[in-house]
Amino acid sequence: MSKVKGSPGLCFVEDRRSNNRKRSSSAMAETHSLQDLRQAAVTSKVFVQRDYTSGTICKFQTKFPAELESRMDKQQFEETIQTLNNLYAEAEKLGGRSYLEGCLACLTAYTIFLCMETHYEKVLKKIAKYIQEQNEKIYAPLGLLLTDPIERGLRVVEITIFEDRSIGSR
Amino acid sequence: MKNCEYQQIDPRALGTSNTRTSTTLPCGRKNSQRLRRKWEVFPGNNRFYCDGRVMMGRQCGVLPLTIGLIFITSGLFFTFDCPFLVDRLTVFIPVIGGVLFVFVIMTLLQTSFTDPGILPRALPDEAVDIERQIDNSGSASYRPPPRTKEILINDQVVKLKYCFTCKMFRPPRTSHCSMCDNCVERFDHHCPWVGNCVGKRNYRFFYAFIVSLSFLTSFIFGCVITHLTLRSQGVNGIIQAIQDSPASVAELVICFFSIWSILGLSGFHTYLVASNLTTNEDIKGSWSSKRGEESGNPYTYNNIFTNCCVVLCGPIPPSLIDRRGFLPPDDAPQTVTSDTELPPFMSKNDANMGTKELLQSMALSTVIQSTCTPGTPKTAPVTQESLLRTVSITVSPPNRPPSTGCSGHQAQRPIDVSCSQKGNKRSAHHTHKPMLRVSSPPYSLSHSPLILSDGPDMGFIPLN
Repeated sequence: MSKVKGSPGLCFVEDRRSNNRKRSSSAMAETHSLQDLRQAAVTSKVFVQRDYTSGTICKFQTKFPAELESRMDKQQFEETIQTLNNLYAEAEKLGGRSYLEGCLACLTAYTIFLCMETHYEKVLKKIAKYIQEQNEKIYAPLGLLLTDPIERGLRVVEITIFEDRSIGSR
Repeated sequence: MKNCEYQQIDPRALGTSNTRTSTTLPCGRKNSQRLRRKWEVFPGNNRFYCDGRVMMGRQCGVLPLTIGLIFITSGLFFTFDCPFLVDRLTVFIPVIGGVLFVFVIMTLLQTSFTDPGILPRALPDEAVDIERQIDNSGSASYRPPPRTKEILINDQVVKLKYCFTCKMFRPPRTSHCSMCDNCVERFDHHCPWVGNCVGKRNYRFFYAFIVSLSFLTSFIFGCVITHLTLRSQGVNGIIQAIQDSPASVAELVICFFSIWSILGLSGFHTYLVASNLTTNEDIKGSWSSKRGEESGNPYTYNNIFTNCCVVLCGPIPPSLIDRRGFLPPDDAPQTVTSDTELPPFMSKNDANMGTKELLQSMALSTVIQSTCTPGTPKTAPVTQESLLRTVSITVSPPNRPPSTGCSGHQAQRPIDVSCSQKGNKRSAHHTHKPMLRVSSPPYSLSHSPLILSDGPDMGFIPLN
C-alpha cells in the first residue's frame, strides 16, 4: 500500500479498492450490502460538526441528528462518535511519548519525519480501519455510510443516507 | 430572499459539477489521460513543487534574500575568518559554525516548505447544509443574519467566525491568510522572509529557525570581532586588519543589523510559546483584560514548561489537504467558492452548526456585519491589487478589510508592530480550481458511480 504521508487520500483509497476485491467470501455478506448501496440513490447527507468546548482538540458532537432518527439507534450512533473522539484524543494526547518524539525530531532537525511515521498518523490509520469496520457491520445494512473525517479536513463526520430499498422508502 | 438564495446554490453547484468536461473517462482508462493529483487543483494561493511534496506560499516574498544573506554571510565567515581563527584558537569554531549553519538552513526550508496547517475548503454540500441550518435557525423577521457564533471553551466565551472563502466556521485559533487565501489552523502570521504562513504545523520549525539563526548571527558576530581584534593586535592596528580582511567588515555589518531584529523576534516568540499564544492573538489582544471583562487565554496550561512542551514538542497533525492524492478521473471540478458565489451569496448568515436544539443551547452572537461587501470578496472577480495589511486584519472577515497597517515595505515583524505584508489578491474566478476531497469511503469508490448515479435534484454535488 503506498504510503501517502499525511491524510489518507485517494491513493490510499485506491489501494483499498484492490483489497476490497480480494476480500474473502466470508465477508461477502457484508460487502453485499455495500454493493447494494452502490445502486442506491443518495437521499441526503448529515454532517456532524466539531465540538470545540474542550478547546481545539478534535472532537465531534455526540448529539443525535434528527434525520437519522428513523434509521438507526441513538445509542449506536453515540457510541460510534464517542469512540472516534477517544481515538482522536489518543492521537493528540500529550504525554511522554509525544514529547519524546518531538524532542527527537528537534534534535535531528526534523528530518526524522522523512522516515518515521508519527504517532498521529498511526492513529489515523486505526481510525480509518474503525470507520471501515463500522460501515461494514452497522451502517451499510441500515443504508448509511460514514465518511472518514480526515477526508473532510477533520471538519465534519459526513453520514450519507441512502434510499432504503429494503425497507421500501425513505 | 434567503430561501431563494439558498436554493440557487444547489442547481448552480450541481450544474457545474455535472458538466463533465474533459475528464469523461471511465475509471479504468488511465492510459490516455494522466490522473491529476489534488495539488494541481488546489484552490488556495500556493505553489507546489516536486509533484506536490513541497509547498509554499504564492509569493515567495524575500525567501531568496533570506537564503542569500545566510549563505553569503556564512560563506564569507568560513572562507575568510575561519582559517585565521583555526590557526589562532581552535578547530571547533568552524565545526560549531557549520552545525549551526546546517540547522538554520534545514529549519528554514522546513518552515517554508511545510503545510502550515491549511484547512481544506468545505465542499458544496457541506456549505449547503450550513446554510440550511442558518435559514432554519432564524425567524423571518431576523435581519440581518449573524455571522459569528459563540462557544465556550474552558469557561471562556470564544467567537467563531464564518469564513466566506472557505465556507465554514473557522475553528478556534484559525485565521484566514489573505496572501495564501487559505484558512490556517493556529495561525500565527504570514512571514514574507520565509515565504509561507506560520501555523500549527510549522510553528516549531519557525521557532527553531529564528532561535538557531540568533545563535548563528551572534556566533559569527563574536567570531568576527575576535578575528579583527586578534589581527589588529598583531601588526599595524585596526586599519590594517580591516584592509587585510574586508569581508569581515561586511559580515559585521550584516550581523549587527540582523542581530537586533532576530534576537528581538526570538525573545518575543519565546514569550508567545511560554504563554501558548499566537502572534495574531497577541497583537489583537484577544485575551487581554482591557476588553473590560476578565478574560484569559483559554488555551494556556498555566505552566510555562507545559506550554513550551505542548507548543514545541506536541504531536504534529498530518496535512489535511492531501496534496498528493489522486483526483478520480471522472471528476468535474468542485469548487466551493466559485459555485456558490455566482448567485449573489448574500446570506452572510452565521449560525450554529447543529440543529435548532443546539441553537437554543448555544449563545448566538448576532453580530451583524451586513454592511460588508457581499459574498466572498476574496474570490470575487477582483483584479490583483497590492494590499498592505497587518496580521490582525487577516483575521477579520475576508471581505476586503481596509488596508491599514504598516506602510513599511516588507519589514519582518519588528517587535512592536505586526508583520506587514504585501498581498496580492487573486481573482478567484480565473481558477475554478477545485479541491476535491474523496467524499465517499473506499467502498463506494471501488464502485465509482455510486454517487454519480445520483439524481441531480437531490441537492448534492455528486462526485463526478
